[in-house]
Amino acid sequence: MANDTNDQQSKYKSDGSLPGNLLEWVDARFPATSLWREHLAAYYAPKNFNFWYFFGSLAMLVLGIQIITGIFLVMFYKPDASLNASGIPIAFASVEYIMRDVSWGWLIRYMHSTGASAFFIVVYLHMFRGMLYGSYRQPRELIWVFGTLIFLCLMAEAFMGYLLPWGQMSYWGAQVIVNLFSAIPLIGEPLSLWIRGDFVIGDATLNRFFSFHVIAVPLVLLGLVAAHILALHEVGSNNPDGIEIKKKKDARGIPLDGIPFHPYYTVKDLLGAVVFLIVFASIVFFAPEGGGYFLEYNNFIPADPLKTPLHIAPVWYFTPFYSILRAMVWPLFGLEAKFWGVLLMGGAVVIIAFLPWLDRSPVKSIRYRGPIYKTVLAVFVLAFLLLGFLGTKAPDYAFFGLIPGAPVAQLCSLLYFLFFLLMPLYSKIDRCKPEPERVTFK
Amino acid sequence: MTAKQIKRTLLALLFAPITVFASGAGVHLDAAPDVQDDKAALQNGAKTFVQYCLNCHGASHVRYKKLTELGFTEQEIKENLMFTADKIGDPMRIAARASEQKQWLGAAPPDLSLVARARASEAGSGADWLYTYLRSFYRDENRPTGWNNKVFENVGMPHVLWELQGEQSLDHATHQLKIMQPGSLSAAEYDQQIANLVGFLVWIGEPDAAFRKQLGFGVLLFLFVLCGLAYALKKEYWKDIK
Repeated sequence: MANDTNDQQSKYKSDGSLPGNLLEWVDARFPATSLWREHLAAYYAPKNFNFWYFFGSLAMLVLGIQIITGIFLVMFYKPDASLNASGIPIAFASVEYIMRDVSWGWLIRYMHSTGASAFFIVVYLHMFRGMLYGSYRQPRELIWVFGTLIFLCLMAEAFMGYLLPWGQMSYWGAQVIVNLFSAIPLIGEPLSLWIRGDFVIGDATLNRFFSFHVIAVPLVLLGLVAAHILALHEVGSNNPDGIEIKKKKDARGIPLDGIPFHPYYTVKDLLGAVVFLIVFASIVFFAPEGGGYFLEYNNFIPADPLKTPLHIAPVWYFTPFYSILRAMVWPLFGLEAKFWGVLLMGGAVVIIAFLPWLDRSPVKSIRYRGPIYKTVLAVFVLAFLLLGFLGTKAPDYAFFGLIPGAPVAQLCSLLYFLFFLLMPLYSKIDRCKPEPERVTFK
Repeated sequence: MTAKQIKRTLLALLFAPITVFASGAGVHLDAAPDVQDDKAALQNGAKTFVQYCLNCHGASHVRYKKLTELGFTEQEIKENLMFTADKIGDPMRIAARASEQKQWLGAAPPDLSLVARARASEAGSGADWLYTYLRSFYRDENRPTGWNNKVFENVGMPHVLWELQGEQSLDHATHQLKIMQPGSLSAAEYDQQIANLVGFLVWIGEPDAAFRKQLGFGVLLFLFVLCGLAYALKKEYWKDIK
């Protein structure tokens, strides 16, 4: 028997107990201390993070809020499209039951509904940070690809979650979006039928969306978040200067411009979290409907398959992509315009993942980029915001009643794609400034 | 064109969009008086609701017991308001079933628990819409019910409160409503009655809304204190980072 040759085993005393403390006992069996060091206490992050660097940890905070509130909502919510004694769909009535009869149910529900919008605000800002400082560039391509997948998952999660309250907008929004799949040639019709499990959005759809919303997608989401963070901690964080802090290390091999994530960024992110919670609480307690954008007014009417609302708009966070879908009105190669619209909408999300390979700039950060990229990025942001705004409006909307919105949306869609497709050209010829040797701090 | 004319045209163009926006929802909505802090007004609204609305419309998400929060005692609720239920914990349902109503009326009248939240739009709050709607019925012999509404054209519901308001007619040229046959209330009294009723509908839309806001101040106060502490903590830790 060669049991004593094992280092770990030799730590035990003859009676099987440990000479040291409980942590030593755990460490002999699970890498608690080494995980703590690797990801927090001895993970060296650049010391010059600015405002934009709060949104990663805030996204984790919102994910936590959504999971915890979601767990409690599932205890009372009923995914059932049949009508109760008062003629109200049971799913819709169960949400109102949570709002009125469950202790603190209204708070849990408003936190969850506000959290959905907050998630997208935080994630959009987090993505924009990556674009500002070139965080997607080599060697962080995989972090960015995982991030894009997280965004995709988030969209699926939000879309399916929005059906659950079973209001008019839930129902008809889902109807419109699932119908988009029918635009795919040959397999479209059977595909959308397969997704719905019925010829229209119905009880089968509600139940499978519920299952996906509470189990399948969150599971994938958590896995991707773990991969996102593991990939980040493998290569180290970028910073507003877009230079590698690992190039300048001290004698102990610690980056000169790096500080341990814990305690420095844990206390800084704590401050960020509290400021975020102030904004979050202001909405939850004083404006949970978010002016009709976070909770749409029409969604206070139970789903009615026989009454189509006059104007069906997706929730605000989908509207930039919805605008791109609507912008495509020309049939091509014998296929209807809707199909190309769907393709463009999907492409608008997927193309984000290719950013690391499209950008040919010698520098990463906006601070040292030339005038071309700064202009192009400003135009891109403006186009994205305009697309988002127009997506909340009816297709015949006109600015000030004068400038028709549809051509503006088409122009903005074109600009959106040109930002990506022309990037290999304009990022290369831009007049960049030299990067500093060390990060700028204060 | 004189300079003055040009200026006037430009001004007209400038304000054109505003006119377009204003006409967007069809009709101008009158602002509903806010009676949420007035328990007596809400009680009055509750009585009107039970007397006139609850025959056809349910408020099935609201339990009778919840009305105690408006200052009614359980005894008062049982004696004066509860005609369709046996227990104080029962929801405010109508006596008929939705399927029966569909047979009788063609469509089941909608549940009103959330009507004040659902009717909000860019044109105004849900309260504004209800307040204007309930004061905009007029006589129209072309409709099966004999009634039409300026806000909700070809509405299925007749003017249930006509005994109170009287009968109005619509001048199709000016789009103005005029009382032809006065009801038991004066115009001002009727407006007040409707304001109370709308106030009640707003209240049942989210009965805990007042508590929510009240709690919000406490939560924000706590968060501001926490923010100060978090800021001090951050400052303390970061002072040696140069």
